[in-house]
Amino acid sequence: MPASLIGLAGFFAVWEVASRTDLVPEYYLPPPSVVLPKLVSLLGDPEFVRAAVATFAATVLALVIATLVAVPAGLILGSVPPVRRAVMTLVEFLRPIPSVALIPLALLTFGTGPDTKVALAVYGAVWPILFNTMYALDEVDPLHVETARAFGSGRVAVLARVALPSAAPFVLTGVRLSFAIALGVVISTELFSGGTVGLGQVVQVASGGGLNMDTVLAGTVLAGLIGFGANAGLEWSHRKLFAWNLPRGGDK
Amino acid sequence: MNMLEVDGVGHTYQGKDGAYTAIDGLSFTVGMGELVCVVGPSGCGKSTLLRSIAGLLRPSRGTVSLHGNRVDGVPSDLSVVFQDYSRSLFPWLSVTRNVEFPLRRLSRSERSTRAGEALDAVGLGGAGKKYPWQLSGGMQQRVAIARALAYRPALLLMDEPFASVDAQTRFELEDLLLRVRREQDTTVLLVTHDIDESVYLGDRVLVLSKSPACVVADLDVPLGSSRDQITTRASEQFVELRARVAGMLQGGPVTVR
Repeated sequence: MPASLIGLAGFFAVWEVASRTDLVPEYYLPPPSVVLPKLVSLLGDPEFVRAAVATFAATVLALVIATLVAVPAGLILGSVPPVRRAVMTLVEFLRPIPSVALIPLALLTFGTGPDTKVALAVYGAVWPILFNTMYALDEVDPLHVETARAFGSGRVAVLARVALPSAAPFVLTGVRLSFAIALGVVISTELFSGGTVGLGQVVQVASGGGLNMDTVLAGTVLAGLIGFGANAGLEWSHRKLFAWNLPRGGDK
Repeated sequence: MNMLEVDGVGHTYQGKDGAYTAIDGLSFTVGMGELVCVVGPSGCGKSTLLRSIAGLLRPSRGTVSLHGNRVDGVPSDLSVVFQDYSRSLFPWLSVTRNVEFPLRRLSRSERSTRAGEALDAVGLGGAGKKYPWQLSGGMQQRVAIARALAYRPALLLMDEPFASVDAQTRFELEDLLLRVRREQDTTVLLVTHDIDESVYLGDRVLVLSKSPACVVADLDVPLGSSRDQITTRASEQFVELRARVAGMLQGGPVTVR
């Protein structure tokens, strides 16, 4: 077993034991040996798969929109000090507001359709990408900028050919952090959106009466797996795309 | 005709704790095809001078002219090679792309021809697909030189270009520079704090004073165009010249030629 999976295996083992020994009542917390087969069988159920796909798609869509909003905004905030000074107080006021606190407002405004969860997830996901882009611009090596200027690059060319490529790995890190946030917000919103298609709603419906805890936990575990997989995928692309940005040993 | 004319250039930085004058009343010229070394004590404002010439900094006083045109902003036919190659090359671009960086106004095929020629000239013809961080320090500085040459500048500015490489590599790069400027007839202004290097490379050596720097001496270096690390450095003329420069840097008797 790869060393990276030891923690995960340990977690499932503790869960199994806690459930089997009645440390936690088994009807509230069925063990993984029940939940995992349940998850496998649910993955054969078109309804469940549709819900999972809907949740994943909403998350990805929110992430794409958040990136399209946050990167240009971060580039402007990071490179035009007057704009930054004017807007930062607003940003610092909006950022701490948890997306989930906006769920009631959003449900009343947009209804229980997919727009609501995507909009809220965009709101939550924008900040890490925005901040990473903005602060990455502060970290651009002044000598890189000077070099580009000496070869005749103007302001916009420096931004496009030096600042943006320098910032790109940090932007991707922001996207990686935001994926988990977006997924969390999408599922939370689904919990409150009766009738919507999504993992959160599956969990919410199954939890009624406490009789289908295996389904509830299967949905929860799947959410974890989606987040885990997305993170691994984004990390992999970081290594592929930004090999130049990885820490290097030696004297090269 | 002079390629570069620096006339009464001075610069004062306005800081929080008062004004600081880095250079003052600097005047000199660089003729077409010449290689002129500027040598001065560390912290004497050599970089300020270089940045003023490159148009990266607007000096408080005086004028800089490149082939007769007053420098007001970054000139379009000037290249700079900085000391810190690892921060001057773009790590996200391959060696070839780095060399092509300044050439974006050219067509794609012209860009790649020029980059190829420049890399061949510095002996890195096969390294185009590599990334700067995969190369040794000396090779990275060769890439920076190739990039500067590919731009075909009227004037090549070099800011302590060989100060961050080991002695052996420095000798190689010095000879590379001498060969390349001979082949391509480039005009070069090279800033250094190394007295031997200034005499070995220069057709002329400008000696600067301590900050605020002004020109203390303007020495001709009659060592001919073909120089050799061993025999040239051992020659009587070389030893005599380096002693004169060293004397002037230490504030000894100033004998302007």
